[in-house]
Amino acid sequence: MSKRILIKGNEAIAEAAIASGCRHFFGYPITPQNELAAHMSRRLPKIGGCYLQAESEVAAINMVYGASAAGVRCMTSSSSPGISLKTEGLSYLAGCDLPAVVINVQRGGPGLGSIQPSQADYFQAVKGGGHGDYRMIVLAPNSVQEMYSHTCKAFDLADQYRLTVMILTDGFLGQMMEPMTVESGQLTVDSEKDWAVGGKRGKRIVNSLFLKPADLEKSNLERFERYKLVEESEPLHEGYMLDDAEIVVAAYGATSRITRNAIDEARSQGVKAGLLRPVTVWPFPKKAFAKAAEHARAFVSAEMSMGQMIEDVELAIRCRRPVLLCSRVGGMAPEPKQIFDAILQADKEAAR
Amino acid sequence: MIKEVNTLETRILIAGFGGQGILFFAKYLAYIGMEKGLQVSWMPSYGPEMRGGAAQCGVVLSDNVIGNPVVGEPDIFTAMNLPSFAAFENRVKPGGTMFVDSSLISKECSRKDITVRGIPATQMAEEHGLKGLANMIMAGAVLSKLPDISQDVIEAAMRETIPERKKEMFANNMKAVALGLAAI
Repeated sequence: MSKRILIKGNEAIAEAAIASGCRHFFGYPITPQNELAAHMSRRLPKIGGCYLQAESEVAAINMVYGASAAGVRCMTSSSSPGISLKTEGLSYLAGCDLPAVVINVQRGGPGLGSIQPSQADYFQAVKGGGHGDYRMIVLAPNSVQEMYSHTCKAFDLADQYRLTVMILTDGFLGQMMEPMTVESGQLTVDSEKDWAVGGKRGKRIVNSLFLKPADLEKSNLERFERYKLVEESEPLHEGYMLDDAEIVVAAYGATSRITRNAIDEARSQGVKAGLLRPVTVWPFPKKAFAKAAEHARAFVSAEMSMGQMIEDVELAIRCRRPVLLCSRVGGMAPEPKQIFDAILQADKEAAR
Repeated sequence: MIKEVNTLETRILIAGFGGQGILFFAKYLAYIGMEKGLQVSWMPSYGPEMRGGAAQCGVVLSDNVIGNPVVGEPDIFTAMNLPSFAAFENRVKPGGTMFVDSSLISKECSRKDITVRGIPATQMAEEHGLKGLANMIMAGAVLSKLPDISQDVIEAAMRETIPERKKEMFANNMKAVALGLAAI
Protein backbone atom coordinates (compact mmCIF):
# COMPACT_ATOMS: atom_id res chain seq x y z
CA MET A 1 0.00 0.00 0.00
CA SER A 2 1.32 3.44 -0.82
CA LYS A 3 1.66 6.36 1.54
CA ARG A 4 -1.28 8.38 2.86
CA ILE A 5 -1.03 11.96 1.73
CA LEU A 6 -2.94 14.96 3.02
CA ILE A 7 -4.51 16.74 0.06
CA LYS A 8 -7.40 19.04 -0.87
CA GLY A 9 -10.38 17.52 -2.65
CA ASN A 10 -9.85 19.75 -5.68
CA GLU A 11 -6.24 18.59 -6.00
CA ALA A 12 -7.27 14.95 -5.55
CA ILE A 13 -9.50 15.25 -8.63
CA ALA A 14 -6.60 16.70 -10.64
CA GLU A 15 -4.27 13.88 -9.55
CA ALA A 16 -6.91 11.28 -10.42
CA ALA A 17 -7.35 12.74 -13.89
CA ILE A 18 -3.61 12.53 -14.49
CA ALA A 19 -3.51 8.94 -13.22
CA SER A 20 -6.36 8.13 -15.61
CA GLY A 21 -4.36 9.29 -18.62
CA CYS A 22 -6.00 12.70 -18.99
CA ARG A 23 -3.44 15.00 -20.60
CA HIS A 24 -5.80 17.70 -21.84
CA PHE A 25 -7.44 20.12 -19.43
CA PHE A 26 -9.36 23.24 -20.38
CA GLY A 27 -10.56 25.60 -17.70
CA TYR A 28 -11.54 29.05 -16.60
CA PRO A 29 -11.09 30.34 -13.03
CA ILE A 30 -13.91 30.34 -10.50
CA THR A 31 -14.03 29.83 -6.73
CA PRO A 32 -14.27 27.25 -5.13
CA GLN A 33 -12.64 25.02 -7.77
CA ASN A 34 -9.48 27.05 -8.47
CA GLU A 35 -7.04 24.62 -6.80
CA LEU A 36 -8.05 22.02 -9.39
CA ALA A 37 -7.06 24.09 -12.41
CA ALA A 38 -3.99 25.46 -10.58
CA HIS A 39 -2.82 21.91 -9.88
CA MET A 40 -3.31 20.94 -13.52
CA SER A 41 -1.37 24.02 -14.65
CA ARG A 42 1.59 22.94 -12.52
CA ARG A 43 1.48 19.23 -13.37
CA LEU A 44 0.39 18.84 -16.99
CA PRO A 45 3.19 20.77 -18.76
CA LYS A 46 5.78 18.64 -16.93
CA ILE A 47 4.35 15.37 -18.27
CA GLY A 48 3.77 16.44 -21.86
CA GLY A 49 0.15 17.40 -21.33
CA CYS A 50 -1.82 20.44 -22.37
CA TYR A 51 -3.16 22.83 -19.75
CA LEU A 52 -5.08 25.63 -21.34
CA GLN A 53 -6.88 28.45 -19.64
CA ALA A 54 -9.57 29.35 -22.13
CA GLU A 55 -11.05 32.81 -22.67
CA SER A 56 -14.36 31.68 -21.18
CA GLU A 57 -16.26 28.66 -19.88
CA VAL A 58 -17.98 28.32 -23.26
CA ALA A 59 -14.62 28.13 -25.00
CA ALA A 60 -13.33 25.58 -22.48
CA ILE A 61 -16.21 23.14 -22.96
CA ASN A 62 -15.88 23.43 -26.73
CA MET A 63 -12.16 22.64 -26.44
CA VAL A 64 -13.22 19.52 -24.56
CA TYR A 65 -15.59 18.77 -27.45
CA GLY A 66 -12.73 19.06 -29.94
CA ALA A 67 -10.21 17.09 -27.90
CA SER A 68 -12.73 14.34 -27.22
CA ALA A 69 -13.63 14.13 -30.92
CA ALA A 70 -9.92 13.59 -31.59
CA GLY A 71 -10.05 10.64 -29.19
CA VAL A 72 -8.11 11.83 -26.15
CA ARG A 73 -9.17 11.79 -22.53
CA CYS A 74 -9.99 15.34 -21.49
CA MET A 75 -11.63 17.27 -18.70
CA THR A 76 -12.95 20.66 -17.70
CA SER A 77 -13.95 21.92 -14.29
CA SER A 78 -15.94 24.83 -12.97
CA SER A 79 -18.43 25.87 -10.33
CA SER A 80 -22.16 26.51 -10.63
CA PRO A 81 -22.37 29.76 -12.69
CA GLY A 82 -19.60 28.44 -14.94
CA ILE A 83 -21.39 25.12 -15.43
CA SER A 84 -24.49 27.03 -16.58
CA LEU A 85 -22.33 28.56 -19.32
CA LYS A 86 -21.08 25.11 -20.31
CA THR A 87 -24.49 23.49 -20.70
CA GLU A 88 -24.75 24.21 -24.42
CA GLY A 89 -21.52 22.25 -24.83
CA LEU A 90 -22.86 19.41 -22.66
CA SER A 91 -25.80 19.04 -25.02
CA TYR A 92 -23.50 18.98 -28.07
CA LEU A 93 -21.22 16.40 -26.44
CA ALA A 94 -24.29 14.22 -25.82
CA GLY A 95 -25.55 14.74 -29.38
CA CYS A 96 -22.22 13.53 -30.74
CA ASP A 97 -21.82 10.68 -28.23
CA LEU A 98 -18.46 12.02 -27.09
CA PRO A 99 -16.93 10.92 -23.78
CA ALA A 100 -15.96 13.71 -21.40
CA VAL A 101 -15.42 14.33 -17.71
CA VAL A 102 -16.83 17.55 -16.25
CA ILE A 103 -16.38 18.65 -12.65
CA ASN A 104 -18.89 20.88 -10.83
CA VAL A 105 -17.65 22.15 -7.45
CA GLN A 106 -21.01 23.66 -6.53
CA ARG A 107 -21.53 27.01 -4.81
CA GLY A 108 -24.62 28.91 -3.68
CA GLY A 109 -27.04 30.18 -6.34
CA PRO A 110 -28.96 31.19 -8.34
CA GLY A 111 -27.12 33.86 -10.29
CA LEU A 112 -23.64 34.76 -9.13
CA GLY A 113 -24.80 33.56 -5.70
CA SER A 114 -22.10 32.94 -3.09
CA ILE A 115 -18.78 31.11 -3.05
CA GLN A 116 -19.81 28.82 -0.20
CA PRO A 117 -20.89 25.16 -0.68
CA SER A 118 -24.28 24.23 -2.11
CA GLN A 119 -26.09 21.33 -3.78
CA ALA A 120 -28.57 23.43 -5.70
CA ASP A 121 -27.35 22.26 -9.14
CA TYR A 122 -28.89 18.82 -8.63
CA PHE A 123 -31.67 19.28 -11.18
CA GLN A 124 -29.25 20.79 -13.68
CA ALA A 125 -26.96 17.77 -13.33
CA VAL A 126 -29.45 14.90 -13.25
CA LYS A 127 -32.35 16.20 -15.32
CA GLY A 128 -30.46 17.84 -18.17
CA GLY A 129 -29.63 21.52 -18.07
CA GLY A 130 -28.87 21.74 -21.75
CA HIS A 131 -31.43 21.28 -24.50
CA GLY A 132 -32.61 18.02 -25.99
CA ASP A 133 -33.04 14.53 -24.57
CA TYR A 134 -29.83 13.50 -22.91
CA ARG A 135 -28.35 12.14 -19.72
CA MET A 136 -25.02 12.31 -17.96
CA ILE A 137 -23.73 9.83 -15.42
CA VAL A 138 -23.42 11.90 -12.24
CA LEU A 139 -21.16 10.75 -9.39
CA ALA A 140 -21.36 12.37 -5.97
CA PRO A 141 -18.24 11.72 -3.86
CA ASN A 142 -18.33 12.40 -0.11
CA SER A 143 -14.65 12.27 0.84
CA VAL A 144 -11.31 13.34 -0.59
CA GLN A 145 -10.50 9.67 -1.21
CA GLU A 146 -13.66 9.39 -3.30
CA MET A 147 -12.89 12.62 -5.16
CA TYR A 148 -9.93 10.60 -6.43
CA SER A 149 -11.57 7.22 -7.00
CA HIS A 150 -14.74 8.64 -8.56
CA THR A 151 -12.72 10.72 -11.02
CA CYS A 152 -10.78 7.61 -12.11
CA LYS A 153 -14.08 5.76 -12.51
CA ALA A 154 -15.56 8.71 -14.43
CA PHE A 155 -12.98 8.42 -17.21
CA ASP A 156 -13.64 4.70 -17.59
CA LEU A 157 -17.43 5.11 -17.61
CA ALA A 158 -17.22 7.98 -20.11
CA ASP A 159 -15.25 5.84 -22.55
CA GLN A 160 -17.33 2.72 -21.94
CA TYR A 161 -20.68 4.38 -22.63
CA ARG A 162 -19.49 7.33 -24.76
CA LEU A 163 -21.13 9.98 -22.65
CA THR A 164 -20.29 12.79 -20.27
CA VAL A 165 -19.66 11.87 -16.67
CA MET A 166 -20.04 14.67 -14.18
CA ILE A 167 -18.52 14.76 -10.72
CA LEU A 168 -21.12 16.67 -8.71
CA THR A 169 -19.35 17.97 -5.66
CA ASP A 170 -19.23 21.21 -3.69
CA GLY A 171 -17.00 23.80 -2.05
CA PHE A 172 -16.87 21.72 1.11
CA LEU A 173 -15.21 18.72 -0.46
CA GLY A 174 -13.18 20.80 -2.88
CA GLN A 175 -11.60 22.92 -0.16
CA MET A 176 -11.16 20.39 2.62
CA MET A 177 -8.07 18.26 3.15
CA GLU A 178 -8.18 14.61 4.13
CA PRO A 179 -5.74 11.74 3.84
CA MET A 180 -5.78 9.99 0.49
CA THR A 181 -4.15 6.74 -0.52
CA VAL A 182 -3.35 6.05 -4.13
CA GLU A 183 -3.61 2.30 -4.55
CA SER A 184 -1.23 0.79 -7.05
CA GLY A 185 -3.09 -0.62 -10.02
CA GLN A 186 -5.75 2.05 -9.82
CA LEU A 187 -4.38 3.60 -12.99
CA THR A 188 -7.04 3.33 -15.65
CA VAL A 189 -6.46 2.79 -19.35
CA ASP A 190 -7.07 5.24 -22.15
CA SER A 191 -8.27 2.95 -24.92
CA GLU A 192 -7.98 3.46 -28.67
CA LYS A 193 -11.24 4.82 -30.05
CA ASP A 194 -12.38 3.51 -33.43
CA TRP A 195 -14.69 6.47 -33.95
CA ALA A 196 -12.22 9.28 -33.22
CA VAL A 197 -11.56 11.77 -36.03
CA GLY A 198 -8.08 12.54 -37.41
CA GLY A 199 -6.37 13.08 -40.75
CA LYS A 200 -5.05 9.56 -41.32
CA ARG A 201 -7.99 7.77 -39.80
CA GLY A 202 -10.17 7.85 -42.92
CA LYS A 203 -13.67 9.25 -43.15
CA ARG A 204 -15.10 9.60 -39.67
CA ILE A 205 -17.59 12.28 -38.73
CA VAL A 206 -18.51 13.81 -35.38
CA ASN A 207 -21.71 15.78 -35.77
CA SER A 208 -24.97 16.42 -33.98
CA LEU A 209 -26.94 17.85 -36.92
CA PHE A 210 -29.54 15.61 -38.57
CA LEU A 211 -31.62 17.13 -41.34
CA LYS A 212 -33.93 14.10 -41.54
CA PRO A 213 -36.11 13.79 -38.42
CA ALA A 214 -36.32 10.01 -38.82
CA ASP A 215 -32.52 9.77 -38.61
CA LEU A 216 -32.43 12.00 -35.55
CA GLU A 217 -35.14 9.93 -33.88
CA LYS A 218 -33.12 6.78 -34.57
CA SER A 219 -29.98 8.29 -33.03
CA ASN A 220 -31.97 9.32 -29.94
CA LEU A 221 -33.46 5.86 -29.56
CA GLU A 222 -30.05 4.21 -29.90
CA ARG A 223 -28.61 6.57 -27.31
CA PHE A 224 -31.41 5.77 -24.88
CA GLU A 225 -30.67 2.06 -25.28
CA ARG A 226 -27.26 2.87 -23.83
CA TYR A 227 -28.81 4.97 -21.06
CA LYS A 228 -30.99 1.96 -20.23
CA LEU A 229 -27.87 -0.17 -19.85
CA VAL A 230 -26.39 2.48 -17.55
CA GLU A 231 -29.57 2.51 -15.44
CA GLU A 232 -29.42 -1.27 -15.12
CA SER A 233 -25.71 -1.63 -14.40
CA GLU A 234 -24.36 1.50 -12.76
CA PRO A 235 -26.55 2.73 -9.86
CA LEU A 236 -24.49 2.85 -6.68
CA HIS A 237 -25.51 3.58 -3.13
CA GLU A 238 -24.10 3.29 0.36
CA GLY A 239 -26.05 2.42 3.48
CA TYR A 240 -25.23 3.26 7.08
CA MET A 241 -27.37 1.64 9.80
CA LEU A 242 -29.81 1.04 6.97
CA ASP A 243 -30.90 -2.59 7.25
CA ASP A 244 -33.39 -2.15 10.11
CA ALA A 245 -33.95 1.61 9.74
CA GLU A 246 -37.45 2.91 10.35
CA ILE A 247 -36.51 6.46 9.45
CA VAL A 248 -34.30 6.64 6.37
CA VAL A 249 -32.38 9.81 5.59
CA ALA A 250 -31.43 10.29 1.94
CA ALA A 251 -28.34 12.48 1.55
CA TYR A 252 -25.49 12.67 -0.95
CA GLY A 253 -22.04 14.26 -1.01
CA ALA A 254 -21.05 16.52 1.89
CA THR A 255 -24.55 16.37 3.40
CA SER A 256 -24.23 12.60 3.79
CA ARG A 257 -21.20 13.18 6.02
CA ILE A 258 -23.16 15.52 8.30
CA THR A 259 -26.11 13.10 8.28
CA ARG A 260 -23.91 10.32 9.63
CA ASN A 261 -23.52 12.25 12.91
CA ALA A 262 -27.29 12.79 13.10
CA ILE A 263 -27.87 9.04 12.62
CA ASP A 264 -25.45 8.25 15.46
CA GLU A 265 -27.28 10.70 17.73
CA ALA A 266 -30.69 9.26 16.82
CA ARG A 267 -29.53 5.67 17.40
CA SER A 268 -28.08 6.64 20.80
CA GLN A 269 -31.56 7.89 21.72
CA GLY A 270 -33.26 4.71 20.56
CA VAL A 271 -34.60 5.99 17.23
CA LYS A 272 -33.94 3.49 14.45
CA ALA A 273 -32.58 5.87 11.85
CA GLY A 274 -30.36 5.03 8.90
CA LEU A 275 -28.64 6.72 5.98
CA LEU A 276 -29.22 5.85 2.34
CA ARG A 277 -26.66 7.74 0.33
CA PRO A 278 -26.93 7.86 -3.46
CA VAL A 279 -23.35 7.54 -4.72
CA THR A 280 -24.58 7.92 -8.30
CA VAL A 281 -27.32 10.56 -8.40
CA TRP A 282 -27.93 9.59 -12.03
CA PRO A 283 -28.63 6.79 -12.38
CA PHE A 284 -30.53 7.22 -9.12
CA PRO A 285 -30.37 4.06 -6.96
CA LYS A 286 -34.12 3.45 -7.24
CA LYS A 287 -34.02 -0.21 -6.24
CA ALA A 288 -32.21 0.57 -2.98
CA PHE A 289 -34.91 3.13 -2.13
CA ALA A 290 -37.75 0.77 -3.03
CA LYS A 291 -36.17 -1.85 -0.79
CA ALA A 292 -35.72 0.62 2.07
CA ALA A 293 -39.38 1.61 1.78
CA GLU A 294 -40.27 -1.94 2.83
CA HIS A 295 -38.95 -1.37 6.36
CA ALA A 296 -38.92 2.43 6.62
CA ARG A 297 -41.93 4.26 8.03
CA ALA A 298 -40.76 7.64 6.74
CA PHE A 299 -37.96 9.28 4.78
CA VAL A 300 -36.04 12.54 5.14
CA SER A 301 -34.29 14.16 2.18
CA ALA A 302 -31.35 16.16 3.57
CA GLU A 303 -29.90 18.45 0.92
CA MET A 304 -28.30 21.86 0.45
CA SER A 305 -31.09 22.84 -1.96
CA MET A 306 -34.76 23.81 -1.67
CA GLY A 307 -36.03 20.28 -2.29
CA GLN A 308 -34.58 18.85 -5.50
CA MET A 309 -33.41 15.31 -4.71
CA ILE A 310 -36.59 14.83 -2.65
CA GLU A 311 -38.49 14.44 -5.95
CA ASP A 312 -36.32 11.49 -6.95
CA VAL A 313 -36.78 9.94 -3.50
CA GLU A 314 -40.57 10.27 -3.77
CA LEU A 315 -40.51 8.82 -7.28
CA ALA A 316 -38.27 5.92 -6.28
CA ILE A 317 -40.54 4.91 -3.41
CA ARG A 318 -43.68 5.74 -5.42
CA CYS A 319 -44.80 8.08 -2.61
CA ARG A 320 -45.60 5.08 -0.42
CA ARG A 321 -44.11 6.78 2.66
CA PRO A 322 -44.00 10.39 3.85
CA VAL A 323 -40.82 12.21 2.79
CA LEU A 324 -39.73 15.29 4.75
CA LEU A 325 -37.36 17.93 3.47
CA CYS A 326 -34.41 19.07 5.58
CA SER A 327 -32.48 21.80 3.85
CA ARG A 328 -30.11 24.74 4.08
CA VAL A 329 -29.28 26.86 1.06
CA GLY A 330 -27.31 29.83 -0.21
CA GLY A 331 -23.96 28.50 0.99
CA MET A 332 -25.19 27.47 4.45
CA ALA A 333 -24.81 23.85 5.54
CA PRO A 334 -27.12 21.94 7.88
CA GLU A 335 -25.81 21.05 11.32
CA PRO A 336 -26.28 17.48 12.57
CA LYS A 337 -28.85 18.80 15.10
CA GLN A 338 -31.11 20.05 12.29
CA ILE A 339 -31.06 16.66 10.57
CA PHE A 340 -31.58 14.93 13.93
CA ASP A 341 -34.64 17.12 14.57
CA ALA A 342 -35.97 16.23 11.10
CA ILE A 343 -35.56 12.53 11.97
CA LEU A 344 -37.66 13.03 15.13
CA GLN A 345 -40.25 14.96 13.13
CA ALA A 346 -40.42 12.18 10.52
CA ASP A 347 -40.82 9.65 13.33
CA LYS A 348 -43.84 11.63 14.59
CA GLU A 349 -45.42 12.01 11.16
CA ALA A 350 -45.07 8.29 10.50
CA ALA A 351 -46.90 7.51 13.74
CA ARG A 352 -49.96 9.51 12.71
CA MET B 1 -5.72 20.79 36.59
CA ILE B 2 -6.58 20.28 32.94
CA LYS B 3 -8.83 17.36 32.15
CA GLU B 4 -7.47 15.26 29.30
CA VAL B 5 -9.51 15.09 26.12
CA ASN B 6 -9.68 11.37 25.75
CA THR B 7 -12.67 10.70 23.56
CA LEU B 8 -12.23 8.72 20.38
CA GLU B 9 -12.80 11.86 18.38
CA THR B 10 -11.29 15.27 19.06
CA ARG B 11 -12.84 18.26 17.32
CA ILE B 12 -10.63 21.34 17.20
CA LEU B 13 -11.44 24.84 15.99
CA ILE B 14 -8.89 27.57 15.42
CA ALA B 15 -9.93 31.12 14.63
CA GLY B 16 -8.35 34.52 14.20
CA PHE B 17 -7.42 37.03 11.49
CA GLY B 18 -6.22 36.19 7.99
CA GLY B 19 -2.42 36.38 8.04
CA GLN B 20 -1.97 34.91 11.54
CA GLY B 21 -1.24 31.49 10.10
CA ILE B 22 -4.51 29.92 11.22
CA LEU B 23 -4.65 27.46 8.29
CA PHE B 24 -0.99 26.47 8.74
CA PHE B 25 -1.60 25.88 12.46
CA ALA B 26 -4.55 23.66 11.61
CA LYS B 27 -2.59 21.83 8.93
CA TYR B 28 0.10 21.04 11.48
CA LEU B 29 -2.49 19.49 13.81
CA ALA B 30 -3.84 17.47 10.87
CA TYR B 31 -0.34 16.11 10.20
CA ILE B 32 0.01 15.29 13.91
CA GLY B 33 -3.08 13.11 13.45
CA MET B 34 -1.67 11.61 10.24
CA GLU B 35 1.59 10.71 12.00
CA LYS B 36 -0.42 8.95 14.70
CA GLY B 37 -2.29 6.95 12.06
CA LEU B 38 -5.63 8.62 12.81
CA GLN B 39 -8.40 9.69 10.46
CA VAL B 40 -8.21 13.45 10.01
CA SER B 41 -10.12 16.23 8.29
CA TRP B 42 -9.08 19.86 7.74
CA MET B 43 -11.91 22.19 6.85
CA PRO B 44 -11.08 25.87 6.25
CA SER B 45 -13.26 28.86 5.85
CA TYR B 46 -12.41 30.06 2.38
CA GLY B 47 -12.86 33.08 0.19
CA PRO B 48 -12.41 36.78 0.88
CA GLU B 49 -11.30 35.98 4.45
CA MET B 50 -7.90 35.04 3.05
CA ARG B 51 -7.31 38.69 2.31
CA GLY B 52 -7.31 39.84 5.93
CA GLY B 53 -10.77 39.22 7.38
CA ALA B 54 -11.77 36.46 9.78
CA ALA B 55 -10.03 33.14 9.26
CA GLN B 56 -11.01 29.86 10.83
CA CYS B 57 -10.28 26.21 10.34
CA GLY B 58 -11.72 23.04 11.86
CA VAL B 59 -9.66 19.90 12.39
CA VAL B 60 -11.11 16.55 13.41
CA LEU B 61 -8.86 13.75 14.67
CA SER B 62 -10.54 10.38 15.08
CA ASP B 63 -9.77 6.69 15.24
CA ASN B 64 -12.98 6.08 13.30
CA VAL B 65 -14.61 7.29 10.09
CA ILE B 66 -15.17 11.06 10.32
CA GLY B 67 -18.73 12.17 9.65
CA ASN B 68 -19.22 15.91 9.79
CA PRO B 69 -15.95 17.74 9.05
CA VAL B 70 -17.42 21.10 10.12
CA VAL B 71 -16.47 21.88 13.70
CA GLY B 72 -19.45 23.73 15.14
CA GLU B 73 -18.99 22.70 18.77
CA PRO B 74 -15.29 22.17 19.42
CA ASP B 75 -13.69 20.09 22.19
CA ILE B 76 -10.71 22.42 21.86
CA PHE B 77 -11.01 25.98 20.67
CA THR B 78 -8.14 28.38 20.06
CA ALA B 79 -8.99 32.09 19.83
CA MET B 80 -6.39 34.34 18.28
CA ASN B 81 -8.46 37.52 18.19
CA LEU B 82 -11.38 39.11 20.01
CA PRO B 83 -14.10 38.66 17.35
CA SER B 84 -13.50 34.90 17.21
CA PHE B 85 -13.37 34.70 21.01
CA ALA B 86 -16.79 36.37 21.12
CA ALA B 87 -18.19 34.25 18.27
CA PHE B 88 -17.23 30.84 19.66
CA GLU B 89 -16.93 31.27 23.44
CA ASN B 90 -20.39 29.80 23.92
CA ARG B 91 -20.00 27.01 21.39
CA VAL B 92 -17.20 25.11 23.13
CA LYS B 93 -18.48 21.73 24.35
CA PRO B 94 -19.05 21.55 28.11
CA GLY B 95 -15.90 20.08 29.61
CA GLY B 96 -13.87 21.34 26.67
CA THR B 97 -10.90 23.67 26.58
CA MET B 98 -10.41 27.17 25.23
CA PHE B 99 -6.92 28.49 24.52
CA VAL B 100 -6.67 32.24 24.23
CA ASP B 101 -3.82 34.41 22.97
CA SER B 102 -3.94 36.65 26.03
CA SER B 103 -1.68 39.27 24.49
CA LEU B 104 -4.46 40.01 21.97
CA ILE B 105 -7.55 39.19 24.04
CA SER B 106 -7.99 40.70 27.48
CA LYS B 107 -11.66 39.74 27.91
CA GLU B 108 -12.47 37.16 30.59
CA CYS B 109 -14.45 34.08 29.65
CA SER B 110 -17.74 33.90 31.53
CA ARG B 111 -18.15 30.13 31.31
CA LYS B 112 -17.51 27.91 34.30
CA ASP B 113 -18.01 24.54 32.55
CA ILE B 114 -14.92 24.74 30.33
CA THR B 115 -11.20 25.13 30.99
CA VAL B 116 -9.75 28.41 29.77
CA ARG B 117 -6.00 28.86 29.34
CA GLY B 118 -4.50 32.20 28.43
CA ILE B 119 -1.10 32.19 26.72
CA PRO B 120 0.46 35.51 25.70
CA ALA B 121 1.62 33.93 22.45
CA THR B 122 2.07 37.06 20.35
CA GLN B 123 4.15 38.70 23.09
CA MET B 124 6.16 35.50 23.69
CA ALA B 125 6.89 35.23 19.98
CA GLU B 126 8.29 38.76 19.91
CA GLU B 127 10.40 38.21 23.03
CA HIS B 128 11.97 35.06 21.63
CA GLY B 129 12.68 36.43 18.17
CA LEU B 130 9.91 34.33 16.66
CA LYS B 131 7.78 37.10 15.22
CA GLY B 132 4.86 35.70 13.23
CA LEU B 133 4.99 32.34 15.02
CA ALA B 134 2.41 33.02 17.74
CA ASN B 135 0.28 30.49 15.88
CA MET B 136 2.78 27.71 16.51
CA ILE B 137 3.14 28.65 20.17
CA MET B 138 -0.63 28.18 20.43
CA ALA B 139 -0.24 24.90 18.51
CA GLY B 140 2.20 23.70 21.18
CA ALA B 141 -0.40 24.51 23.81
CA VAL B 142 -3.04 22.49 21.94
CA LEU B 143 -0.64 19.51 21.69
CA SER B 144 -0.59 19.37 25.50
CA LYS B 145 -4.26 18.31 25.34
CA LEU B 146 -3.79 15.46 22.87
CA PRO B 147 -2.90 12.01 24.22
CA ASP B 148 0.43 10.32 23.51
CA ILE B 149 2.24 12.88 21.40
CA SER B 150 5.91 11.91 21.25
CA GLN B 151 8.77 14.19 20.24
CA ASP B 152 9.13 12.06 17.10
CA VAL B 153 5.53 12.79 16.08
CA ILE B 154 5.98 16.51 16.81
CA GLU B 155 9.02 16.67 14.53
CA ALA B 156 7.76 14.41 11.77
CA ALA B 157 4.49 16.33 11.49
CA MET B 158 6.41 19.60 11.26
CA ARG B 159 8.56 18.23 8.45
CA GLU B 160 5.40 17.33 6.52
CA THR B 161 3.72 20.66 7.20
CA ILE B 162 6.55 22.96 6.09
CA PRO B 163 6.87 23.06 2.32
CA GLU B 164 10.25 22.16 0.83
CA ARG B 165 10.95 25.74 -0.28
CA LYS B 166 10.59 27.05 3.29
CA LYS B 167 12.44 24.33 5.17
CA GLU B 168 14.79 26.83 6.81
CA MET B 169 11.74 27.74 8.94
CA PHE B 170 11.77 24.31 10.59
CA ALA B 171 13.96 25.17 13.62
CA ASN B 172 12.02 28.30 14.57
CA ASN B 173 8.67 26.53 14.21
CA MET B 174 9.91 23.75 16.48
CA LYS B 175 11.08 26.35 19.02
CA ALA B 176 7.65 27.95 18.99
CA VAL B 177 5.88 24.64 19.53
CA ALA B 178 8.21 23.84 22.44
CA LEU B 179 7.45 27.22 24.03
CA GLY B 180 3.72 26.57 23.77
CA LEU B 181 4.05 23.09 25.27
CA ALA B 182 6.12 24.46 28.15
CA ALA B 183 3.61 27.25 28.81
CA ILE B 184 0.92 24.77 29.88
